[in-house]
Amino acid sequence: MFATLRHWLDERLNWDDLMAPLRHKTVPTHRLSYWYFLGGITLFLFVIQVTTGILLLLYYHPGANEAFESVQYIMTRVRFGWLIRSIHSWSANLMIFTAFAHMFSVLFLKAYRKPRELTWISGVLLLFLVMGFGFSGYLLPWNTLAFFATKVGTEITGQVPIVGKPMMIFLRGGEDVTGATLTRFFGFHVAVLPGLVTVMILLHLLLVQRLGMSIPPKLEVQWTANPSARREMKFFPNFMLRELMAWYVGLGVLAALAALFPWNLGVKADPFVPAPAGIKPEWYFLFMFQTLKLIPSKVWIVDGEVLGVLAFGLVGLLWLLLPFFESDQPTRMKAWITGLAVFAVVYITGMSVYGHLAK
Amino acid sequence: MTAEQLSQPEPTRRRVIELFLGGGLLASFASFIYPVLRYLVPPAVADLGGDEVVAAKLAELKPNSSKIFRFGSRPGLLIMNSDGTYRALSATCTHLGCTVQYRNDLREIWCACHNGIYDLSGRNVSGPPPRPLDVFDVHVRGDEIVVNRKREA
Amino acid sequence: MAILRNKLRPYRAARFVGLAGGIALAACLVYGQTTNSCLDCHSALPGPLEVTPEKFSQDIHAQKGLTCVSCHGGDASSLDPDQAMSRKAGWKGKIDRKQIPQLCGSCHSDPAYIRQFNPSLRTDQLAQYHTSVHGKRLAAGDTKVAVCTDCHSVHDLRAPSDPRSTVNPVNVATACARCHADADYMKGYSIPTDQFAKYNTSVHHDALVIRGDLSAPTCSTCHGNHGAAPPGVDKVQNVCSNCHTFQDQMYEKSSHKEAFQAASLPGCVVCHSNHGISHPSDAKLGAGPDAVCMQCHTPGDACDQARAALLSSLGRLDVAIKNADQILRVAESSGMEVSDARLGQDQARDALTKARVTIHSFRTDLVDQDIQEGLKITVKNLQTGKEAMAERNHRRAGLGLSLIAIGIVLVGLRLYIQRIER
Repeated sequence: MFATLRHWLDERLNWDDLMAPLRHKTVPTHRLSYWYFLGGITLFLFVIQVTTGILLLLYYHPGANEAFESVQYIMTRVRFGWLIRSIHSWSANLMIFTAFAHMFSVLFLKAYRKPRELTWISGVLLLFLVMGFGFSGYLLPWNTLAFFATKVGTEITGQVPIVGKPMMIFLRGGEDVTGATLTRFFGFHVAVLPGLVTVMILLHLLLVQRLGMSIPPKLEVQWTANPSARREMKFFPNFMLRELMAWYVGLGVLAALAALFPWNLGVKADPFVPAPAGIKPEWYFLFMFQTLKLIPSKVWIVDGEVLGVLAFGLVGLLWLLLPFFESDQPTRMKAWITGLAVFAVVYITGMSVYGHLAK
Repeated sequence: MTAEQLSQPEPTRRRVIELFLGGGLLASFASFIYPVLRYLVPPAVADLGGDEVVAAKLAELKPNSSKIFRFGSRPGLLIMNSDGTYRALSATCTHLGCTVQYRNDLREIWCACHNGIYDLSGRNVSGPPPRPLDVFDVHVRGDEIVVNRKREA
Repeated sequence: MAILRNKLRPYRAARFVGLAGGIALAACLVYGQTTNSCLDCHSALPGPLEVTPEKFSQDIHAQKGLTCVSCHGGDASSLDPDQAMSRKAGWKGKIDRKQIPQLCGSCHSDPAYIRQFNPSLRTDQLAQYHTSVHGKRLAAGDTKVAVCTDCHSVHDLRAPSDPRSTVNPVNVATACARCHADADYMKGYSIPTDQFAKYNTSVHHDALVIRGDLSAPTCSTCHGNHGAAPPGVDKVQNVCSNCHTFQDQMYEKSSHKEAFQAASLPGCVVCHSNHGISHPSDAKLGAGPDAVCMQCHTPGDACDQARAALLSSLGRLDVAIKNADQILRVAESSGMEVSDARLGQDQARDALTKARVTIHSFRTDLVDQDIQEGLKITVKNLQTGKEAMAERNHRRAGLGLSLIAIGIVLVGLRLYIQRIER
């Protein structure tokens, strides 16, 4: 039955030619092959997000007067609404985590080297877009925590010199965080960002398909010297089946999280109530937030927060261009990038934990 | 046994694997699709949005009587005036949070806790309450009496 | 036109001279007004004689246009002390304490005069004062008692509505305590001096001073301000009933009212104390240190049994509310939506509050009525909580099933992979 379908498609779409690269695609197998799963898991979680997001769209009302109550409605009255919403919230957090993990694994496995610089750049841009998804989506339930986290977050954007204020007004849809901000964030979250991310994912996947899977440098040296030592498996069906297993595990984890720890509603946002003490952004922004809190309010003549924001901007830009700081020549140049990667992991983890524990 | 036969697992083992995989896939898909399908069916109770609630049905109240209804997470007071019109206010006393009541003998809103008195427009006229009660908009829709918060300008 | 100009010029000149002269005259007059020679000297004098312009500018009388001369007499325009403080100019000097009420009353008891400033201000303060303990003792020659300036301050007297005023409700207790909490000062009088200390531990103090609820009572609310006097043992109930109407209604039809009146006991104060009124708890009905019933009643008698019944009724509803709260809390933290039931719990708590008020009738049948209403509500909420927990378990069962299905798929995939890679 599948054979006839394939034949039908082939006659009209040149299906076999289209599928040929996939059939020949191989995945190197070595001690560190398991890290190859991370990219696929992030993609899988994104698909979950889109699906549950579309389902939520059927009942969500964007607008300061109705958003909170519509989420409450989904959680309490819609059949399995609690499940869809909790999966959406948990999957969002898991996706950001796997995106970071995927990025760091690429960094440590040195898969960003020539000729894969563009893959890295598209990947880092995807990471930024995904964090934008997180930031915009967090506001949509319109509860107190989200409201004030958004206030603080957009306030920090406003600190950038010259362009900061206009940027903040653009993000907020006005001077303050209001219903207009909610509408705007909703637009970003369901239209603008999905469009951008889809294009970027297609580019990223295309590059991965064209360039094949990278292998760690040491292994590359070994296998070039001794081609018979090369181990690989076919992508289709072997690797894909294993990936399917990983995705199923992911589904199980999501289901358990959603059923055992449903996402809470919070309290409806009231712009006139003073901010509760100890407002913090979501965990994936904590390391930046905590860093900003630790910078003294004035460094020489520059305002501390401005310095912090600019520093993060600079770091982000350099992160994007990381592959270009490494020469093709072996060993010497590469050590410092590994060192930088280790520092980054330690810093982000440490600052996140500190930010979580701090008052 | 020939080499060929040895290279294939026995048919029963194949069947077991196929059963596991097929059955498992089916079962897991069912456990994903079932909630989604139920989700797609709109619930019986429509979502009115947060600032609106059906306080009562048309024939529920008599003139010069009242009803406590739920508005969000706080109680509200729906009063049917003697002339048949309705008014609705927050039922949380602004003094210490007790639930107020409508006194149809005094045509006033009264708080039993410390003898606070409000007039029918919610103004605090006597006793400890420091602030008036919030007044809501009421209108009749079909056979339902709908209360919503006053729209901000 | 030439003719017109010639004719007008003298008129214009005259007008100009007149205007200039007028300005000069006004300046002299104003100059005369602004010299206040009293403050010029007294702002530099030490101790009780010091009155600075900054201090006096806070005084509401100064703001209304009165000056030192209005009360003390004398001549404020002269810098010569003998002239400024001459008897001929009407100087009264330091007002004798016995004269102060009369002096203040000379304006404040004159409705026609006060109407010019604030038509709704009362003008019976002096008359009330004469009926007060302070007023009576002052008339008998005791100058240690409070006169107007002791409470209202002087030279920086503020309106009572001003939060900085010594007689603003929030500050009244402190003003009374200046004398009444001073054991040395009050030696010779036969009244205690612990009222202020006790009041500061009371619920009324918490409400007024800490929460800022201006409807809460302070000394003057129960004792009167200008006509300050203790209400009297048999009038205590009247005073408390001004706010606590329901308790008063219950007490009125209770057996205790007659009994206390007959024994000349001060009503509400017997169980609740007067100054150190603490937040009442069910322990008052108990048998422990806070118990009040056993002060009079004999253990085992009919009243003691009624007491025990009342206590157990209250306890039943309290426990029911707590149980329902508990299950709702667990359900909520498991992600179930139970805000309807939570609101219902508020109503149950209202019922318990009502029952605690009905206690003052000391009738078990009335209290039981309120308790039953509350129990009806808690039973419903407990049911809602149980249903929420059942739904929660339902979800976990569903999770279990889907996890089993996922597990089967994982096993199947593993086997399938093994098979194709053989």
